[in-house]
Amino acid sequence: MLQAAQSATVNESEESGFAQELLTFTLGAEEYAIDILKVQEIRGYDAVTTIANAPSFIKGVINLRGTIVPIVDLRIKFAVGVAEYTPFTVVIILNIGGRVVGMVVDAVSDVIALKPEQIRPAPDFASSVDTAYIMGLGALGERMLIVVDIERLMLSSEMALVDDVVH
Amino acid sequence: MAIDMSQFYQVFFEEAAEHLASMEALLLAIDPGAPDPEEVNALFRAAHSIKGSSGTFGFQDMMEVTHILETMLDRVRKGEAPLTDDMVDASLVSGDVLKNLLAAHRGEEEADREAAEAICHRLEALCRALDAPVPVPVTAPPAATPVTGFDLFFSLVGDHAAEAECLAHLIAELGSFGAVETIEAPGPGSPNCQLRIFTEVDAEVLRGVLDFVADGATLRVESFTGAAGDNEAYGFFGDLDEQPTTEWRTSDDAYGFFEPLPAVSSAVVEEAYGFFDEAEVANLLTRQQAAEPYGFFTELPPLDDVPVETAYGLFEPVPVAASVQAAAPMAPKVAEEAPAPVPSPVVAKKPSARAVGAGDSGSIRVSVEKVDQMINLVGELVITQAMLTQAASNVDPVIFERLINGLAQLERNTRDLQESVMSIRMMPISVVFSRFPRVVRDLSQKLGKQVELKTIGETTEMDKSLVERITDPLTHLVRNSLDHGLETPEKRRAAGKPETGTITLSAYHQSGNIVIEVGDDGAGLNRARILAKAKERGMAVSDAMADQDVWQLIMEPGFSTAEQVTEVSGRGVGMDVVKKNISAMGGRIELDSMTGVGTRITVRLPLTLAILDGMSVGVGLETYIIPLGYVMESMQPERGMMKSVSGVERLIQVRGEYLPVICLHDVFRIQGAITDWSKGIMVVLEADGQSAALFIDQLIGQHQVVIKSLEANYRRVPGIAGATIMGDGRVALILDVPLLVSMARRVLPAAA
Repeated sequence: MLQAAQSATVNESEESGFAQELLTFTLGAEEYAIDILKVQEIRGYDAVTTIANAPSFIKGVINLRGTIVPIVDLRIKFAVGVAEYTPFTVVIILNIGGRVVGMVVDAVSDVIALKPEQIRPAPDFASSVDTAYIMGLGALGERMLIVVDIERLMLSSEMALVDDVVH
Repeated sequence: MAIDMSQFYQVFFEEAAEHLASMEALLLAIDPGAPDPEEVNALFRAAHSIKGSSGTFGFQDMMEVTHILETMLDRVRKGEAPLTDDMVDASLVSGDVLKNLLAAHRGEEEADREAAEAICHRLEALCRALDAPVPVPVTAPPAATPVTGFDLFFSLVGDHAAEAECLAHLIAELGSFGAVETIEAPGPGSPNCQLRIFTEVDAEVLRGVLDFVADGATLRVESFTGAAGDNEAYGFFGDLDEQPTTEWRTSDDAYGFFEPLPAVSSAVVEEAYGFFDEAEVANLLTRQQAAEPYGFFTELPPLDDVPVETAYGLFEPVPVAASVQAAAPMAPKVAEEAPAPVPSPVVAKKPSARAVGAGDSGSIRVSVEKVDQMINLVGELVITQAMLTQAASNVDPVIFERLINGLAQLERNTRDLQESVMSIRMMPISVVFSRFPRVVRDLSQKLGKQVELKTIGETTEMDKSLVERITDPLTHLVRNSLDHGLETPEKRRAAGKPETGTITLSAYHQSGNIVIEVGDDGAGLNRARILAKAKERGMAVSDAMADQDVWQLIMEPGFSTAEQVTEVSGRGVGMDVVKKNISAMGGRIELDSMTGVGTRITVRLPLTLAILDGMSVGVGLETYIIPLGYVMESMQPERGMMKSVSGVERLIQVRGEYLPVICLHDVFRIQGAITDWSKGIMVVLEADGQSAALFIDQLIGQHQVVIKSLEANYRRVPGIAGATIMGDGRVALILDVPLLVSMARRVLPAAA
């Protein structure tokens, strides 16, 4: 059924041509989607050096081919899933306006294209994530994708990744 | 869309700054009594180039100053007036004024209009003093009959859509010289343009104006033949009668080539603008060479046409040499006069005075960013190579002999590669030293002292970022030596020393450091006075202190023993700032002095800011790097050494001194660290004159580490100065020792 839904999406997007490509990943039982153009690469979780006095969701920094890159565990930040680290733990490396940041997720699912009409506005509700960072909810058959404005989220003061609040 | 001249501003600024620098160097080197004609020519050319370009870009103020300066230099150049000390002084001052104006146009400084006016008056007075009236056309010699006008052929550079605008600007600019007539305006199909100007100014002046808008390859300035007879020459060709041939040959203008020819009735003057990098000029050259023979030879009336090549690259040494080479194939007549390998003799005669700019021969300008990226990548390569070597250390060397050999070779190659890449960022220290002759000259005049400046080891190389940061502290040290160190000629004579004092600047490499010494043969530091002053200020000093410790006192904030505050120094701010700046670069400063013999200040700096000597220490599972410069000693504390204050052990007694203890695992909240004092290690740190003991688990080793920014992708972390990548590819954080030490003083963290 899932597959059917996916291929349906692909066909629809080919027709409309205005679809946005999104990378989807899971955190616990939830499915999230982010703009694929912000993604630099996907790699394993390895050799993280902790940073003193950082919030718990900032795991530390890694050496990404000579660049020092901070790693954020979204599972801790969003309080979903179990934050355990195995050889299969996945890190999505994002490139946001020249800044490189890695985020730990449970699993990367696939790349899908969503047309604007498939993204519904998110109602205001209380959650561990500020709804300001949620661009909308993508409906894909039975699945609900939480489309996150990853750039805004990562640069927010909440994430404590940048010195001063950019926005 | 108008041509936005501001897009060329940056190039103009750089060029003008270079010309000013070479002008200053020439002025300092020149001997007014017997000036080398080559040097005078070079001076004139520098002034002329600045004038031409500032005029084109509409920097009227700069043009005014250079115009008068150029007029004066021109008289000297032609031997009409002798060069005097006063002229050299005035030229130096005008150089300063121009620098100020340039900075003002860049938006960095306030323009000092008064100084500009003052120097204009001074230069004008000097010009008037040279009996004969100063001709307004700069290079028009009195002997020559001026031609009535010129035809200008050129095509415009850049965006064709903007040509009409550009042309309008140009005509307005040319209008200041005389009436302008447009004969052929550029159309969509042809960028060519022909203008006729009725003027008495020199062709060179016109070319100066056109250089910036016209494509150099197509630019021609031809005398407007109507009134010019067969034997009439251009303004500047008239010079030939007055100047010895050889001088012209050696001059960049290369006019001399044509001197042996019969009088010239018409000349084709070629000039390219060296306004762009050498690389681009080189391109231009190739294009020009490819384009020979020049089409326009045939267009001309059947006169003795002589193409004249003037300097490419606004008279920069390298492109000039190239242009001479380029000129050779283009001017067959030249080849007859001087056989084929013309370039080499001409180039060989390049005056030694050009040594100033000779350093950048055959260089390319690359952004520092690109170099840094390359250094990063090579650093990665070294780590990868280390990983491979480690992985291969377990294999059987007999079976995998070729693999092992290959890896050994890889290691050598990567090391060589790393060295040569690092050397790209290195600059000779002469860049810094070269500014001191001027500093010394001005100051010694002001102070009425006779000083000779000696520089040793100018070719010693150091990192570019250090070069930029060492200049100010070093200038301060030299000024100090001049003001406080050296005595007046009378005192020196009385002391039986030569009247002329010596300041020696030397630089050399010593065990991975660069050492810069500023020495003088002056009176030396006065021990008694320093001690008296220190007591007066309530410092803890004793008469039994070692000399070295006494000398260090002068680097305390606000410490000055100068009897009177002079314009130069003596306010007591300075040495402490120098010391602070140098420690910020990871360097040290030492003083040696002997009464009556002199003082020597030694500055030791790491070769580069990008690499740091560090001690790696372990706390829990974490590894940290302590910059070695801050580490005084390390020891295993015994229980008795720990002293408690208000129930918490927070002091350690080391050789009679009580030092505050910083527990790294507390500060950084590290789990699983050793908390028993007697099982860990204390590292005594000193920063900004304060000491503290850092408690850690273990010492791991000593490494040279490459400093990486943590802030590039993350934010500032208190207590962390940066990050580095260890041999195994892991990230280790570098401790911010000054902050940790001051933290220990302010808020003492709770002990374990």
